[in-house]
Amino acid sequence: MFSRAYKTWVTLPPLVWVAAFLVLPYALMFAYSFWSVSAAGSLRHTWNFANYGQLLGREVYRQTLLRSAWIAARVMLFAVLLSYPLAYLLSFHTRKGKDLLYQLVIIPLWVSYLVRAYAWKTILGTDGVLNTSLQYLHITTHPLHFLLYSPFAVVLTLTHIYTPFAFLPVYAAMEHIPRNLIEASHDLGASALQTFWRVIVPLSMPGVVAGATFAFVLSFGDFLAPLLLGGPSGVMISNIVVSLFGAAYNWPLGAAISFCMLALVIALLWLSERLEKRWAWS
Amino acid sequence: MGLVMTQNDWNRGRIALAVYAALLFAFLYLPVLVLVVYSCNGQGVGGFPPHNFTLRWYSLLFQDDAIWRSVGNSIVVALASVLIGLALGIPAALALDRASFPGKRAFRRLVLLPLVLPGIITGLSLLMLFREADVKLSLATVILGHGTALISVATTEVYASLQRLERVQEEASLDLGANYWQTFWRITFPHMRLSIIAAALLIFTLSIDEIAVSFFLIGRENTLPLEIWGRLRRGITPEINAISTIIFVFSLLTILAWYRLRIRGKGETEPFQAAEPLP
Repeated sequence: MFSRAYKTWVTLPPLVWVAAFLVLPYALMFAYSFWSVSAAGSLRHTWNFANYGQLLGREVYRQTLLRSAWIAARVMLFAVLLSYPLAYLLSFHTRKGKDLLYQLVIIPLWVSYLVRAYAWKTILGTDGVLNTSLQYLHITTHPLHFLLYSPFAVVLTLTHIYTPFAFLPVYAAMEHIPRNLIEASHDLGASALQTFWRVIVPLSMPGVVAGATFAFVLSFGDFLAPLLLGGPSGVMISNIVVSLFGAAYNWPLGAAISFCMLALVIALLWLSERLEKRWAWS
Repeated sequence: MGLVMTQNDWNRGRIALAVYAALLFAFLYLPVLVLVVYSCNGQGVGGFPPHNFTLRWYSLLFQDDAIWRSVGNSIVVALASVLIGLALGIPAALALDRASFPGKRAFRRLVLLPLVLPGIITGLSLLMLFREADVKLSLATVILGHGTALISVATTEVYASLQRLERVQEEASLDLGANYWQTFWRITFPHMRLSIIAAALLIFTLSIDEIAVSFFLIGRENTLPLEIWGRLRRGITPEINAISTIIFVFSLLTILAWYRLRIRGKGETEPFQAAEPLP
């Protein structure tokens, strides 16, 4: 019923914009990753795989990549494990105040990322809130130094940031489970525990996969929390990219690393979509 | 205890869950609480218990020109991002709802990608584009970055509302002799209005807080998060707690407004659909 002109007018502008500001930049990033920088610091448009060779060959890149994946994996695990019981409680065992509790989970999502990371810094520092509280209560006599500037601080902060993120799809998946399935399970003699493991857990898996993917992907590429709280032992792959684009001045190598990250993220999104579809019912 | 739970076990389970929920909320809100409390602490950022209640940090903040300049910049960036996001997000939603074109699925995924991509990738890829095109970094480049990354927010919000619009209304309007333009303004637009306002609020809030993309695209003028970032690296003062508390209150108010619109607009769909995975 809509004319050709109508369809063209609504389709063309966004299509052109996306091509210019998303597709072109990604393509450019890919092209950069094959170029190099001369000793004088100018960009050489010669094509070779040297950057990818360095990425695979140099110990520091491999190690940092592994560390980033390990930090992101822990954040993913904690975010899902922390949010799952809450989603279950809210979806199946709360009647009064359900909306309010839901809002309470969402609100921290809207507190500025930077502000939350900063707050953790003031909590975990040597003279921070946690250390001084512990000493005030005579639990410790000296400040604990491992709290700040460590992978622990990064994992804690990112878990705090991405737990509400993981909660949303898990909760949405649980809300979509038809309640008569639960009743049927009870009627057929299953206990509450059995119903939980055999009905609710399998049917909420698509939400878990979506939440886990968010938490992993977003924390894997983070560079601000490690800069602020990670210290030398908490350096992540994006921090290396930032320095390559800054002081180290090797954009092509930085582009090669970023492009690998982009490819990894897209692969993960594709995988999680497949899993969600497989585990989806109906 | 066998596999069958007694009523008693069941109640205990529920109590355990409730205690767990309380602890999790404490974890989620602890940093916010610390921020607010220490923004009024005379002794600086750390130290327990806090003492010497003061509003000194707030008064210092109100005399701090650099901060207010950056607040102004952030507002300009956010408003411009809202314009870009809506100007492209609404047509994109209409296109996805009613046009068919080659690469439609790919287009849909591409639009949504920046929301689930670490900001560093969006920021760096645009940085390379601007360098190749010889564009000087400024607030304008930040606006292009935010606008592009947040198109999807408008697209998902508006698309959801279009799915609920009954096509017969538009058909009737066209049959009765109205042209597409009139039909759009009299039928389609009023139907999308709430979702457009909601999308605008959401884009505004997300842009105001954004730091990862801005980090790479900023020129001389700072946005508020980057101004705070610069200060954090020099050392921390409760002034930052004070500005953070103010930002928190503002985001809270915007979100409340957004949520009320959301409820008025419909009721059945959960908020924050924008964060759902690629369809």
